[in-house]
Amino acid sequence: MSSSPARTPFIVRLGRSFDARSWLLVGLFAVFALIVVPVLHLLLPPESPLHLSTYFITLTGKILCYAIVAVAMDLIWGYGGILSLGHGLFFALGGYTFGMYLMREIGRDGSYQSDLPDFMVFLDWQEVPWFWTGSEHFVWAVLLVLIVPALIAFVFGFFAFRSRIKGVYFSIITQALTYAAMLLFFRNETGFGGNNGFTDFKRILGYSITAPETRVVLFGLSALALIGTLLLARFLVTSKFGRILTAIRDSESRVMFIGYNPLWYKLFVWTLSAMLCAIAGALYVPQVGIINPSEMAVANSIEIAIWVAVGGRGTLIGAVIGAFIVNLAKSWFTVSFPEYWLFFLGALFIVSTLWLPQGVVGLFLRLRSRSRQATRPATSPAPRAPQPTPVEPRPAPPPAAKGARA
Amino acid sequence: MNTGDLVVSDNPDWDSGSAELGHMLKPGQLDLSHKVVLYLEDITVSFDGFRALNKLSLAIDAGELRCIIGPNGAGKTTMMDVITGKTRPDEGTAFFGQTLDLTRLSEPEIAHAGIGRKFQKPTIFENHTVFENLELAMKTDKRVWRSLMAMLDSAASDRIAETLQTIRLGAHAKRLAGLLSHGQKQWLEIGMLLMQEPRLLLLDEPVAGMTDEETERTGELFLSLAGQHSLVVVEHDMAFVKQLGGKVTVLHEGSVLAEGALDEVQADARVIEVYLGR
Amino acid sequence: MRTIGAIVFGWLLSISGAHAAIDPALLTPLASAGNDAKITAITALVDAAQREALPVLKAMAKGSLALAGERVVIVDGEHVIDAATNTEIMPAPELTESIGINNRLRRELASTLASLRLFSNDREVRWDAAQELASGTDAELLPLLEKALASETDPEIKARLQMAHAQGSLASSDAAVRLNAVRVLGDSGDPNICQLLQALTEKNGDSWVEPDSAVRAAAGTSIRAIEKRLAFAENVGRAFTGVSLASILLLAALGLAITYGVMGVINMAHGELLMVGAYSAWAMQGVFQAYLPNLLDWYLLAAIPVGFLAAALVGVLMERVVIRHLYGRPLETLLATWGISLFLIQLARTVFGAQNVEVANPVWMAGGIEVLPNLLLPWNRIIIIGFSVAVLAAMWAILNLSRMGMFVRAVTQNRPMAGCVGVPTGRIDTMAFGLGAGIAGLGGVALSQIANVGPDMGQGYIVDSFMVVVLGGVGQLAGAVWAALGLGVLTKFLEGWTGAVVAKIAVLVIIIIFIQKRPQGLFALKGRFVES
Repeated sequence: MSSSPARTPFIVRLGRSFDARSWLLVGLFAVFALIVVPVLHLLLPPESPLHLSTYFITLTGKILCYAIVAVAMDLIWGYGGILSLGHGLFFALGGYTFGMYLMREIGRDGSYQSDLPDFMVFLDWQEVPWFWTGSEHFVWAVLLVLIVPALIAFVFGFFAFRSRIKGVYFSIITQALTYAAMLLFFRNETGFGGNNGFTDFKRILGYSITAPETRVVLFGLSALALIGTLLLARFLVTSKFGRILTAIRDSESRVMFIGYNPLWYKLFVWTLSAMLCAIAGALYVPQVGIINPSEMAVANSIEIAIWVAVGGRGTLIGAVIGAFIVNLAKSWFTVSFPEYWLFFLGALFIVSTLWLPQGVVGLFLRLRSRSRQATRPATSPAPRAPQPTPVEPRPAPPPAAKGARA
Repeated sequence: MNTGDLVVSDNPDWDSGSAELGHMLKPGQLDLSHKVVLYLEDITVSFDGFRALNKLSLAIDAGELRCIIGPNGAGKTTMMDVITGKTRPDEGTAFFGQTLDLTRLSEPEIAHAGIGRKFQKPTIFENHTVFENLELAMKTDKRVWRSLMAMLDSAASDRIAETLQTIRLGAHAKRLAGLLSHGQKQWLEIGMLLMQEPRLLLLDEPVAGMTDEETERTGELFLSLAGQHSLVVVEHDMAFVKQLGGKVTVLHEGSVLAEGALDEVQADARVIEVYLGR
Repeated sequence: MRTIGAIVFGWLLSISGAHAAIDPALLTPLASAGNDAKITAITALVDAAQREALPVLKAMAKGSLALAGERVVIVDGEHVIDAATNTEIMPAPELTESIGINNRLRRELASTLASLRLFSNDREVRWDAAQELASGTDAELLPLLEKALASETDPEIKARLQMAHAQGSLASSDAAVRLNAVRVLGDSGDPNICQLLQALTEKNGDSWVEPDSAVRAAAGTSIRAIEKRLAFAENVGRAFTGVSLASILLLAALGLAITYGVMGVINMAHGELLMVGAYSAWAMQGVFQAYLPNLLDWYLLAAIPVGFLAAALVGVLMERVVIRHLYGRPLETLLATWGISLFLIQLARTVFGAQNVEVANPVWMAGGIEVLPNLLLPWNRIIIIGFSVAVLAAMWAILNLSRMGMFVRAVTQNRPMAGCVGVPTGRIDTMAFGLGAGIAGLGGVALSQIANVGPDMGQGYIVDSFMVVVLGGVGQLAGAVWAALGLGVLTKFLEGWTGAVVAKIAVLVIIIIFIQKRPQGLFALKGRFVES
């Protein structure tokens, strides 16, 4: 909060969102993702103990995308207090819009050797529907990824926030939205491949999509996107905008009475969050090789919330950590003890809400401050409340009694 | 990051279409040509058949300090809700200055036009520091894009420091507001109101929970504000009302029962009946 | 009258086993090569020996008629019965050829058999036979029908027979007879007859199928009359399935109306409480099969209290262990209960297996009432509608008339004050939640009769039941009822012209739009968690 001259370039201010230690960590992560991983995967022979397998690259790349979604969810939920159960929709929409490009890129290498994607041939369509126009161009696909989910989020959010739908109502309605979209995408007539969705991709920008080099590049891009997301999110939450956002979360009426219109603040962060999800979805699809309507299942969207809850709401790094913990656990369980995964996930939901209100990051900070106090009981007599900047002890919101109106 | 397609930044919340309201964008141009800052006329509000306000009429002069008293359920809070846009009246008109129709503006628009409100129960941002509370309340461009790019300049810092002095919370600037005592929270909320630089302050029981000394200081503060600002104070504490001195309005069952100096009002037979039993 | 009596008497004799012999010469043509020859043989057989022909024709329809040398026999598993004398041949002779039938013959046999049954003295048998004939009759049966019409006294059966007769008369060479028949058929509500008449109004090459223009015009009138009747029946049918869906939605949502609507607790595991109820029905079925096989048809009655208690127990556990620590934090409650739902799903998979289990309808719930010719209202749906009304009434009574209901309402309106005047708020929360869960269990028992019972069954209902509660408005039973009815009927009517998936999407979109307009639902709300 320096009182530097008002005209500091935006990029400098963005950079200043991270302190030196954070930049060091980000740098280390970037080196790992952009140099170490490619070297270990591409240059080392598979027999080498240090060789990174394709499985590792795909799994980690996938979780990097999930981490972006988690940060997006944290922005809207942890800071904005709006629990969306519809973020799976924006993720899937990003995947679908980019998947359209990947489907066109298959060209005549599909089973029917047609210019049309296989499922359209199968449905006996003669040409691509209007909304597929231009999907063969990479740039257009990227634009669609950025615009379509954002537009849907904007329109939906505008009406929902304008009607002052909030809390659980909002959650349930976003859930219904995702559910409706899933049903829509399950239909063959919708033009997105019905319940099979898009798969059997061959190329991206002319490069083979399964080539190790392509995988490494996609992995690196996901890592960069995550860094960018974190930087942007950090900038947002440390700006005045971020303070207003948390103020809206804590006392919306006060925010209105001092002259801010919460509608546009919520709408901004909601739309941004949806866009970040869409970008993550677009990076996810080429790495995983498939997108189908089950990505929009209600359960998926709720799972996003638990990544954030496990890591720690209201801390950006917590969202990333949570995404990694839960998804690593998921891939381990589904391989080793598939029948126990749901027990574990269910328990995770309960434990994290009952006993870990600030997630593992909060737990870590609490343990650290306790051990510090234990080791140096005499040196710090000043009653400085342990103040981990973003993790604030959040008093349970009052049950908004209507009777409180005099 | 491509945010160009978001209309948020260039679609400010308070110019939603009505061109004739354009000039209120710049506060300070409030039309006070008739020396009256607030007109309420025949305001009626009912909830499920219960009339919270019943043809209430009230006019507050520019620079006036007005006290509103009345038993519970007289409609004091509902009146404030109507003025600040929280509740829409079923009938009647409410004007801020000569030109601003309060019944057609939203809460943020009204706040921006220059009406500040202090709630009965102190509402501050408990998870923000005292300093941040004041920073958020400060009069400035409150659109999304401005907030994103906002940097605190030295003038603003000075303003906040000044207000911290006024509300005697200078030593607590970096504390979380939620950790303040009740009286301090009241002061912080008053401080936030001051940062807004409103033309009209609505204060709902501002000294509840304060010590006698704090109450007296609050009274001094209000008296110093009157003149440049108009104040409407809802209060039960008669000593405090006496200290403030100005004109007193008695509300009863949603309409004005009596109006005048405190002594006159206290001598009014109907007021005595309402307060002392029926 | 006397001849009919004799026929009936003979028919009775024939089924009781005493059997007069048929001339084998009448039987052998049944084994002729061509279908036409077989049909001729059937007609001849019926003309000669109406009563005795019945078992032979029945056997023929089943395909169990065969030739043993020259003799026509009925094959019944190991036994071989002489068709002429209806006595078993010992030892069983070598079968030389089986008498095959095709679809045309099968139809022929069916209508012949039906016409024979027309003379039964059991009203039900006659009714069924008339019903069968009314949906397809040939000219050959006309004499028989006329005979039956003359003797029939029951007006309903008579109407059916007239319908059948009219169908048969369509092939008459006399235009006046055809005209009359077409007019009579106009009273039908059967889509098949509509098609039959339609054929008359079409051109076959250059010439009309029906040469007489007056008959064609009458056919047109009759078609329109039938179509009107059909459309009406279809709409009634849709309304009924809509109400039926509404009753299911209501059962699923009523529990939520307490836990969410009244207590403000978002319970995402509500669908799994339905599952608990459904599995209770399955378990009771198993218990009855093992210990009370004679009373198996009544297992459902036992399942009602068991389903209620099982689900209520799970609900009470949930409330005590998890939910009570999260009051006032609805979003956390949502997540924690979602965790519980995952847990319960996996538990069901582990204990009962991932596959759906069989829950059979008791006999008294099978079948249905035929209100109109093409409209059958199944008993199980009707019973579930009645059941949901009963549950609704019981719930209303508990909330409004009992002491506990009074406490629940007190706690939801002003918790601290209720606590002050001595209401045990904690216990009331638990009991109210248990009640809501138990009602979900009842819903599950009902669902087990019409839907698949499996570990994932609850997931399909959660979105719908929340929609009902949200749409109806929090804290209002009446709201939930109207919302369920509206959603059910709207869904079914939309399905009628857009298909199921689009209807579902449309309904969700309509709800989303509706909530924008009226965030508080259909009815105003007064609950503890309602935000101002």
